[in-house]
Amino acid sequence: MATNRNFRTCPSTGLLFHEPAEKLMRWNAVVGVVCLLIGGLLAIGVVLTRWQAVHWLTPDRFYQVLTAHGINMLVFWIIFFEMAVLYFASSTLLRTRLATPRMAWAGFWLMVLGAVMNNYAVLRGDSSVMFTAYAPMGAHPIFYLGLILFAVGALIGCFVFLGTLVVAKSEQTYRGSIPLVTFGALTACIIAIFTIASGAIILIPTFLWSVGLVPQIDSLMYKTIFWAFGHSSQQINVAAHVSVWYAIAAIVFGAKPMSEKVSRTAFFLYILFLQLASAHHLLADPGLTSHWKIFNTSYAMYLAVLASMVHGLTVPGAIEVAQRKKGFTNGLFEWLRKAPWGNPVFSGMFISLIGFGFLGGISGVIMGVEQINLIIHNTIYVPGHFHATVVIGTTLAFMSLTYFLIPVLFRKELAFPGIAKWQPYVFGLGMSGVALFLMGAGTLGVPRRHWDISFAGNPFAYEYPGAAWLMMALGSIAGLAAILGGGMYLLVTVYSVFLGKSIQTPGFQHVTARSNVAPRVAPSAPGAGQEAASIESSGHSAGFSAPGTFVMAMVFITAFALYYFVNWKYLSTVWPLK
Amino acid sequence: MAITPITERYWWKQPMDREEVIWILLSFVWCLFMFFMMPYWHVFGKQNLAHAAVKTSAESYMKKAEDGVAKWKVREETEQKIPVIAPPADADVYLVARLWSWWPILELEAGKTYKVHLMSMDWLHGFSLQPENINIQVHPGYDHAVTMTPTHKGTFSIICNEYCGVNHHTMISRIYVK
Repeated sequence: MATNRNFRTCPSTGLLFHEPAEKLMRWNAVVGVVCLLIGGLLAIGVVLTRWQAVHWLTPDRFYQVLTAHGINMLVFWIIFFEMAVLYFASSTLLRTRLATPRMAWAGFWLMVLGAVMNNYAVLRGDSSVMFTAYAPMGAHPIFYLGLILFAVGALIGCFVFLGTLVVAKSEQTYRGSIPLVTFGALTACIIAIFTIASGAIILIPTFLWSVGLVPQIDSLMYKTIFWAFGHSSQQINVAAHVSVWYAIAAIVFGAKPMSEKVSRTAFFLYILFLQLASAHHLLADPGLTSHWKIFNTSYAMYLAVLASMVHGLTVPGAIEVAQRKKGFTNGLFEWLRKAPWGNPVFSGMFISLIGFGFLGGISGVIMGVEQINLIIHNTIYVPGHFHATVVIGTTLAFMSLTYFLIPVLFRKELAFPGIAKWQPYVFGLGMSGVALFLMGAGTLGVPRRHWDISFAGNPFAYEYPGAAWLMMALGSIAGLAAILGGGMYLLVTVYSVFLGKSIQTPGFQHVTARSNVAPRVAPSAPGAGQEAASIESSGHSAGFSAPGTFVMAMVFITAFALYYFVNWKYLSTVWPLK
Repeated sequence: MAITPITERYWWKQPMDREEVIWILLSFVWCLFMFFMMPYWHVFGKQNLAHAAVKTSAESYMKKAEDGVAKWKVREETEQKIPVIAPPADADVYLVARLWSWWPILELEAGKTYKVHLMSMDWLHGFSLQPENINIQVHPGYDHAVTMTPTHKGTFSIICNEYCGVNHHTMISRIYVK
């Protein structure tokens, strides 16, 4: 079979796109954005129902909408977009052809089919079981089958990514070691394979149970293995969006990692330890020993937290070093003040970094402490936390990358640049409000996934403190702002891609030779242009080159420690338990 | 750059920046501290969960709960006549979680210790004690004994905080502490 070796060089960035890979990236990104649109519309229902003063949907509709919102956002939007990131980080960054594009298309269509089936099952109304679908609460078999097909499709995408690395190596399309961003994507891919295997181990028997072929699913076993899928899939996001941060730092500033060794070791720690976090969901459960809980919830002595703290320093540190080289050397923070805050690629990425670290990271570690989890488990603090990690962290990072991809990948001018400029602020700040207010309400005991915290008409009705009601209302208002920010993103991207003005490059034409073209080999001696940058791709002396970032890191660890002890103090006041 | 291959042969020999070294050491110490806080709290703290749970059947658990009601019932509440039981200190108290109620209601004494058992008859439920904000997962088939000591008098609510179907939000009960 002929191998398609058609490439296109992006005139503005010099990036090399393989024709089939480019098409796959576009389709995955577009379908991902469609899922984001669906999830975003559903978010309106969630927000306006949990705002008790509005209390819009009926209970059955609310639980149905919440189920669909969670799955479309947490699974479908993010993983479709991650497929595009994987193909970009392998084929484009390594300047190589994508391995087996036909298999990649098969994977893509399986994912589409799975997503449609799963949404159909929820739409039927008999599968309002939430993203977690805890057995023995059962959904329609199509619900599980959809998830399984989606996972198989994503698994194929992972192997296409790995195959592309092999092709690039054997066809010598690059020299030296793979770029840091590709290394991060490889980390995400390895975690994804673990995740999908865990998903198969639990979803296949659960599917068989739902059609009556397996007599019983043990609730504790389900929960333990499910979270090896459910939580690990969020760890794919962490590895992916940290890679996107590094990529944007390089794209916007030409920033080099402070030290390749440190950043790569941090990714390697993710591979070793990040998946232990399944335990975060089992800290308040019976039947597991404290030894098991402590070892797993802390990723074996918090080694994956260490890795995230390292990235939290090295990403802004790399930007600071690059900015200081450009002459922004006054004081501690001139480099940051004079950063391109009007460029959504940068502003979105930086809000994502800060929000993920300060809101998502700190709250995540604290609720993952075995004992502190007792005062947080299943309260609305949990959605507060993960809207900071998955939404501000992952989704906003992906949104900022899109602003880069629209001209480069889709060859369209960015429509409504004014809206695009403000979008990361509206979305990022709105979502920060959601995270903070929900965490506040959770601290006061408000449960998650709950239709009515007024318990209207119930003789035992519990009255939450007024502050809890206020937090829920403020969280909903912030949620509406975030939904507006999401709408702005959708308007800009959808309009640009489908109705926007094409970027015409004089003299540009596609080469149509389909086969028998020798593979491109990277030049043996680094020459001009592209390669000049890669000569000094890593580190420099053992100086103290990013003092501003170091000060921010000190602020971070102080906030972290203070909030950590506040929670222990709060825990020590509740009823003694043994 | 992070998006281009590294072409130096021995990039891993490049020295780290000083702030990287300081930050890694500081973070690592903090990570170790947080890790040892958890075993520390098992020894010196007062809020910990027991390891053990006993696998059992819904029938045998229900039987124990009914025995408790027969022995310690002091009154009934609401139109459903939900029994309120006042067990003696150190007693094994069996609390049943099921779609969509808790059974029976407990009446405890402040400062006394009770072994409260939690188990579900059907799906997963969440024991969430308000306004204390103690939250424990309740599984079917796993009898989970939690030794608890109410510290002050008042009327406390148990709400379900694990989604358990369309009437999940109606699943609420009480613990009276005298």
